[in-house]
Amino acid sequence: MEFRTFVFYFLAAILVIASLRVVTLRNPVHAALHLVLAFFSASGVWILLQAEFLAIALILVYVGAVMVLFLFVVMLLDIDLDRLREGFWSYLPLGSIVALLVVAEMGLVLVSRYWGALESDVPQAEAGYSNVQAVGRLLFTEYVYPFELASVVLLVGIVAAVALTLRGKRKSKSVDPSRQVFVKAGDRLRIVRMPAEKRD
Amino acid sequence: MMLETLQLLLPGFLMPCVDWAMQLGEDIFGSAWPDIVTVVWTVVKAMLIVAPLLGAVAYATYAERKVIGWIQVRVGPNRVGPWGLLQPVADGVKVLLKEVVIPTHADKAVYLLAPLFSFAPALIAWAVIPFSDFFVLANVNASLLFVMSVTSVGVYGIILAGWAPNSKYAFFGAMRSAAQMISYEVPMGLALVVVLMVSNSLNLGDIVQGQGRGLFAGMGLTFLSWNWLPLLPIFVAYIVSTFAECNRSPFDLTEGESEIIGYHVEYSGMAFAVFQLAEYTAMLMGCTLVSLLFLGGWLSPLSFLPDGIFWLLLKILGVLVLFYWVRATFPRYRYDQVMRLGWKVLIPVCLVWLAVVACWMLSPWNIWK
Repeated sequence: MEFRTFVFYFLAAILVIASLRVVTLRNPVHAALHLVLAFFSASGVWILLQAEFLAIALILVYVGAVMVLFLFVVMLLDIDLDRLREGFWSYLPLGSIVALLVVAEMGLVLVSRYWGALESDVPQAEAGYSNVQAVGRLLFTEYVYPFELASVVLLVGIVAAVALTLRGKRKSKSVDPSRQVFVKAGDRLRIVRMPAEKRD
Repeated sequence: MMLETLQLLLPGFLMPCVDWAMQLGEDIFGSAWPDIVTVVWTVVKAMLIVAPLLGAVAYATYAERKVIGWIQVRVGPNRVGPWGLLQPVADGVKVLLKEVVIPTHADKAVYLLAPLFSFAPALIAWAVIPFSDFFVLANVNASLLFVMSVTSVGVYGIILAGWAPNSKYAFFGAMRSAAQMISYEVPMGLALVVVLMVSNSLNLGDIVQGQGRGLFAGMGLTFLSWNWLPLLPIFVAYIVSTFAECNRSPFDLTEGESEIIGYHVEYSGMAFAVFQLAEYTAMLMGCTLVSLLFLGGWLSPLSFLPDGIFWLLLKILGVLVLFYWVRATFPRYRYDQVMRLGWKVLIPVCLVWLAVVACWMLSPWNIWK
């Protein structure tokens, strides 16, 4: 067995097991950590396919930022498993339909194009080929409108998040640092010169 | 690759021995031999980086106490060994012998995993750091991006260390420092965008090489061609964010040993020491990145002096002393001030300078051709 193949199966096995654990584990924090492991293995598989930019971006964006916030939310939530399981049977039909649809779609994509991902006829890039430059060039020429649209959507997301937290008047006390900086000793402190007093 | 490097490093009379060993290996292992050589050679190179790094980490703690001692007109550690030189060894032995107390309702697996989560990324990032023209473990195209993404994983160590021991104080500390680290990654990333824009590459080696060219480099004053001068505001912003990323003073709210409690309050013994190791490794990483990105890496400051790894080490040491100096000089920031500095000062500065440099590069006065 070639070394690359061995690495692929190693990463793929970890990926599959970790993804299964994400949905089967009871402790939500452990599940989130397994999702992080799954992301790592996926990025390893992408590096095997020479998509180094995508692999590094996956770690940077999803593991480094998104999952951190996810973990925060999961840690702060008081998750009651019994209450979560209450609606299991009533939601099952709808959920299974959605699951079947997703499985069917992914199966179609995989069967039609990527049946042999390792033996695919994707051209092997030469050693000096820079993934980042290729992606950048495509993003800013061919896909510039979708790219700009996506950034506008993100901007809307930022504005929405700020607007959500700024409802109503601010009730908490706060200091204004720019005013604090300009305070001088004379504004706060008065030095009085007085003669010593004698007590008898 | 291996043979050329060995030819450079080993004395001539040893080369026949190496040839003989290679021949022997080929006879025994046959076609698998080149793969074995590659693996062994990679492990050797990794060891050549990791072993001196761990030594440097140990002595960075000693140097910190000595330097801060001198700044505050004290002696610093001077009991163990001559000039206290064996102090890190004594500290290490002490910490090894201590008990790792695991709190009762702690999540045991995550509790023990958290120190590794913060130490491992700090070590992995060194895989792509170039130390000179030819000494680099993995010469990746996107090495700068790799360093950024790997170091961003270090925040898991903090969050998990806060959550796993089931302690409110540790969790508060973790929230504080995780928010700080995530916030300062933004100005850091923006600063890096400017650097990679002017050097037209994501490869750390190319970024260093690019700093050796320019108007002043042609006049023999290479140190004026390094990125720190044309990108001075970015340089300052980057150093400040490095301080915050490494949770170093004046942003050391993570530890805040005198008044507030940090994420590792429930850790003891070796588990605690691994957090300290991670902090110092990350700090050395920060110093190395500053030296590579802004201070010309292994390039010599004046063009008649030879380039070499010792320049890089000297620069790292210089930035490290700056870290110590700042710690001994500035009082700790209040938490809201830390966040304000990151979001309302550093990010706008970096964004504006990004636009300025972009316009500069399009103008006829572009100096980075």
